[in-house]
Amino acid sequence: MFQIQISTSINGDDTEFSCEPDETLLDVLRDRLGMTGSKEGCGTGDCGACSVVVDGRLVCACLMLGAEAQGREIETIEGMADGTELHPLQQKFLDHAALQCGVCTPGFLVAAKSLLERNDNPTEEEVRYWLAGNLCRCTGYDKIVRAVLDTAKDMRIPAKANKPAAKKRVKA
Amino acid sequence: MQYHAPATVKDAVKLLAASKGSTQVLAGGTDLLVRMRSGFSEPDTVIDIKRISPMCKIARDGKGFAIGAAVSSAEMSENPALVKAWPGVVEAAALIGSTQIQGRATIAGNLCNASPAADSVPAMVAAGAKALIRGPKGKRKVAVEKICKGPGKTVLKKGELVEAILLPAKPARTGDAYLRFIPRTEMDIAVAGAGVCLTLDAKGVCTAARVSLGAIAPTVLLVSKAAKALIGTKVDDAALDALAKACSAAARPIDDKRGTKEFRIHIAGVLARRAAIIARDRALGKS
Amino acid sequence: MNFQPGKDTLKREFKTVGTRTPRPDGLDKITGRAQFGADMTAPGMLWGLILRSPHAHARIKNIDTSKAEAVNGVHAVVTSADFGPCPDDVLDVRENIMARDKALYDGHAVAAVAATSRAAARQALKLIKVDYEVLPHVTDVDEAMKPSAPIINNKLFTKGLDKTPRKPSNVAERFEFGHGDVEAGFKQADLVVERTFKTEATHQGYIEPHACLASMGTDGKGDIWCCTQGHFMVRQVCSALLGMDASALRVTASEIGGGFGGKTTVFIEPVALALSLKANRPVKVVMSRSEVLRASGPTSSTSIDVKIGMKKDGTITAGDATLRYQGGAFPGSAVPYGAMAAFACYDLKAVRAVGYDVIANRPKQAAYRAPGAPMAAYAVESVVDELCRELKLDPLDVRLKNASSDGSKASYGPNFDVIGLRATLEAAKAHPHYRAKLGRNQGRGVACGFWFNFGGETSVSLNVSADGTVGLSVGTPDIGGSRASIGNMAAEELGIPHDKVRCIIADTASLGYNDVTDGSRVTFASGLAAINAARDAIGKMCERAAGIWGIPVDAVTWEDGAARPSSPNAGKHEPLTLADIAAQAGATGGPISGHCEINAEGAGVSFATHLVDTEVDPDTGHVKILRYTVFQDAGKAVHPSYVEGQFQGGAVQGIGWALNEEYIYGEDGRLQNAGFLDYRIPVASDLPMIDAVIVEVPNPGHPYGVRGVGETSIVPPLAAISNSVSGAAGVRMTELPMSPPRVLKALGRI
Repeated sequence: MFQIQISTSINGDDTEFSCEPDETLLDVLRDRLGMTGSKEGCGTGDCGACSVVVDGRLVCACLMLGAEAQGREIETIEGMADGTELHPLQQKFLDHAALQCGVCTPGFLVAAKSLLERNDNPTEEEVRYWLAGNLCRCTGYDKIVRAVLDTAKDMRIPAKANKPAAKKRVKA
Repeated sequence: MQYHAPATVKDAVKLLAASKGSTQVLAGGTDLLVRMRSGFSEPDTVIDIKRISPMCKIARDGKGFAIGAAVSSAEMSENPALVKAWPGVVEAAALIGSTQIQGRATIAGNLCNASPAADSVPAMVAAGAKALIRGPKGKRKVAVEKICKGPGKTVLKKGELVEAILLPAKPARTGDAYLRFIPRTEMDIAVAGAGVCLTLDAKGVCTAARVSLGAIAPTVLLVSKAAKALIGTKVDDAALDALAKACSAAARPIDDKRGTKEFRIHIAGVLARRAAIIARDRALGKS
Repeated sequence: MNFQPGKDTLKREFKTVGTRTPRPDGLDKITGRAQFGADMTAPGMLWGLILRSPHAHARIKNIDTSKAEAVNGVHAVVTSADFGPCPDDVLDVRENIMARDKALYDGHAVAAVAATSRAAARQALKLIKVDYEVLPHVTDVDEAMKPSAPIINNKLFTKGLDKTPRKPSNVAERFEFGHGDVEAGFKQADLVVERTFKTEATHQGYIEPHACLASMGTDGKGDIWCCTQGHFMVRQVCSALLGMDASALRVTASEIGGGFGGKTTVFIEPVALALSLKANRPVKVVMSRSEVLRASGPTSSTSIDVKIGMKKDGTITAGDATLRYQGGAFPGSAVPYGAMAAFACYDLKAVRAVGYDVIANRPKQAAYRAPGAPMAAYAVESVVDELCRELKLDPLDVRLKNASSDGSKASYGPNFDVIGLRATLEAAKAHPHYRAKLGRNQGRGVACGFWFNFGGETSVSLNVSADGTVGLSVGTPDIGGSRASIGNMAAEELGIPHDKVRCIIADTASLGYNDVTDGSRVTFASGLAAINAARDAIGKMCERAAGIWGIPVDAVTWEDGAARPSSPNAGKHEPLTLADIAAQAGATGGPISGHCEINAEGAGVSFATHLVDTEVDPDTGHVKILRYTVFQDAGKAVHPSYVEGQFQGGAVQGIGWALNEEYIYGEDGRLQNAGFLDYRIPVASDLPMIDAVIVEVPNPGHPYGVRGVGETSIVPPLAAISNSVSGAAGVRMTELPMSPPRVLKALGRI
């Protein structure tokens, strides 16, 4: 097979790679770019551990070809913290002990961030349904849902206005 | 494998027509990539249609809608006019997989994948949707219920692809709904599904109806006897009972890992009944 | 200096223990930089893939690997021929990781390749030609016990019978536990209920598939980097299978993405090592989800009879159970644990539990959180519930009336020490959940659960740095936050802030042997060893202080993180803090470390009571969990957040087991649902919040009173949910999972 040359943006960084035409974005991220924060739990879109955002849309990196990344803007867990400043969700996950083994955590964080960017005041039910594609086997979801709701509450507080605008552009 | 991402429908058709070996159209890819991963599908050529800008749009088609084949179900949910006109179809599309899947999956792909359990298909059938097919010989429109011949098989010919799903203008006092049954609350494939679209007259009497069932036969069924059970009634309990009975009678499912035959037969009626109530309330402007 | 159970008093006042500190591995896990099993790479690394049997039972007549070996990029192909003679205790492991004469289940490994790319490895796998003779198979436990069943192993003769049978069968062993005259007990009862239950096999469902990177050189030295619950176990088993010196193999535990018992054995590690040896290059093997479900270690499926007699006042007069567990194609199901745990919650005069360990054409079962106990508790607690309903008795009162308590004789033999079952029952009775109103089609279920807990071989090193901070090395992989709890116990004992201690999981070359992370043992045993190691270091620091002050060491005491003269008679000396002593370590005798090597005993048993409300949709059979509360004895909750997490996680795994998770085998003996799409673990939208109530009845076997908490939480849910659904539906449910078709059928709607 001939490899395809791809130019894309990952967490705001211009990135070039070559990949096989049938290689998934997840394999490219993990095996070619060393970005192993996105995890493979199933490879079939059923667990959400490889959740990434492509052009503002939450997707499973295992269900997208690397070749499809051409010209897109990709956000992964590795870009979630702004330098040394954690995203509020990351901090709340720590505060609420919303992780045990932690393998599903990157996917949950990426998915929850995508929710809060669309809906800053979700109900518990909305959080649970939005995150239904992210499997966690350790926590029973309780502390994860609490962490997301608590983050939303904090982010709604006016302090938000003083914060610098989100670094990543989100297309809805 | 070769990967192509043409910029026009014309180029896509050309590539499709000229390709040798097995060729797959890649829309959302949420079925195709799973099949490729399991080794069940090993295409020689994949044609990605997401670079074809008209296919990435929801356009007005007269008073109806043309939903491009590359439009994700999430984008459908974000289109207020579409949600208002065809809530049943939009909700069905929003039942497919997870938030992540819905960010990619398309209803045209759902149709062409030709699974009898596809969630959006019964809703499209109930709504009277058509597939706009483009091929080397031009365009043709085919009713959605005529697209699938059996599991994994469609009427598409060499070089053809679905360009868009066409939803008709919605008549006055018309409501549609789709319900499916799954063991969990999300993430499962439908054990059975039912779509209902009905029109009421000013007095609340049903003048037209289309009822469809999923996952209870090799293809999605349009059940005319079930529609007849509603037409001429006020969609009251007696009519709903008759509807449920007609749906259970029409079901000819199999036993499999997702449900038993007897369960599917029973549930087909339950779902149709519940969907008809939602559709009726929508037609009455109650929801 | 080590803690002496029964002699030393338990510490009851704490500074760090019992607080919710940040976990040491937290930042890595929220930023994506934590390295799990599949995240490691090595220079020159090859990709390994495994070919698996599509047949449930088949003789392997020949394997031709020549075409695979010829594929460009392929550097090694291995089959069972590459695994030579090995000690008896790993013979079954050898056969399970690579089929020899027969493939014994769908998914059984038959060959493996290592290649420069996954694509080349995939291509090579397709070119391996295996000549199978398909044999009759059996996957159901009751079918496997029939005399007419296909015999899976013709050298298997039932053990544990009065006379060893002459004919082989699929029944590997019979077990019996109990005491008293059961028949006499039933005669005293006003009501006797007897029922048969069936449960399907479930999988631990850890989100991280098994993964390892193995590197083996021609010099006989090797390294494995893998996600495991026990890297010392990996070293032991792999070195035995490959005929290596144990110490020539170093195993490093990666971060582990869930285990729940499923990563207490090896599947791919010896294969990767054999490939690496043959290729003389590092080899990475990562299972797909389908491989995980087909070919790792799910639970037993079971068939259980339970008979219990009760007086009108709720006194249980006798209990009798027969448990049949198929544990896959090899002996060793968890049936003895099930039989021992079945009646452990009850103080009974007459009790008997008989277990049968059965083999079938399924993957060899591995541990899953309180292995064997959830199914046994399901059957027993269902019958107790039915008796309560028939006799119109309150299910918590009946349990309180019959509950095991301090000193009572356990149904499996020993007498209990100080236990917390009553405390959990009383907490449940006092909780508002128990008095909340129920609506139409709703039911409330109650059930109790027990788990033994374990101590085991443990080795810990604690190193004091010159700046007064502490490195703590433990050898038990952290599957749920144990580094935080163990580090906090060391900080507590030393009297320093928790963030001055860094706890890590050391590799097999850096510590003495450690048993695997299992039996809810880690916070108990590694925690105990860490406390002992801290005491060892404190002893040494007191010696240094005595030297500095020029007084005898027995005149020095350790308090609040500093050495102090023990009385005014010892002279007037300013306290020397840990940091003060550490700074002078070089001048006073060299580095300061504390160690503990122990085979920990005194793991206190653990009990829980669960309350659950469900609603049944009578038209679809769908069950919704409305409310769930866990009451469990933690002895002492070292890190309450992670204790709650264990309670919640176990309860939700139990919910999955009760409602939707099951292994579905086709007529052909092939697994039908080898993916997360159709192996349906609970998703967030299926659940309410899970309330966790921590009960603390200190364990006399641990200096801080700690009991293991990991496993007990999965024992009651199966029964609690079944009792709740039975109440809501008005019909006794006797089969798991309670999938919608089963519920609808029980309701008589289909």
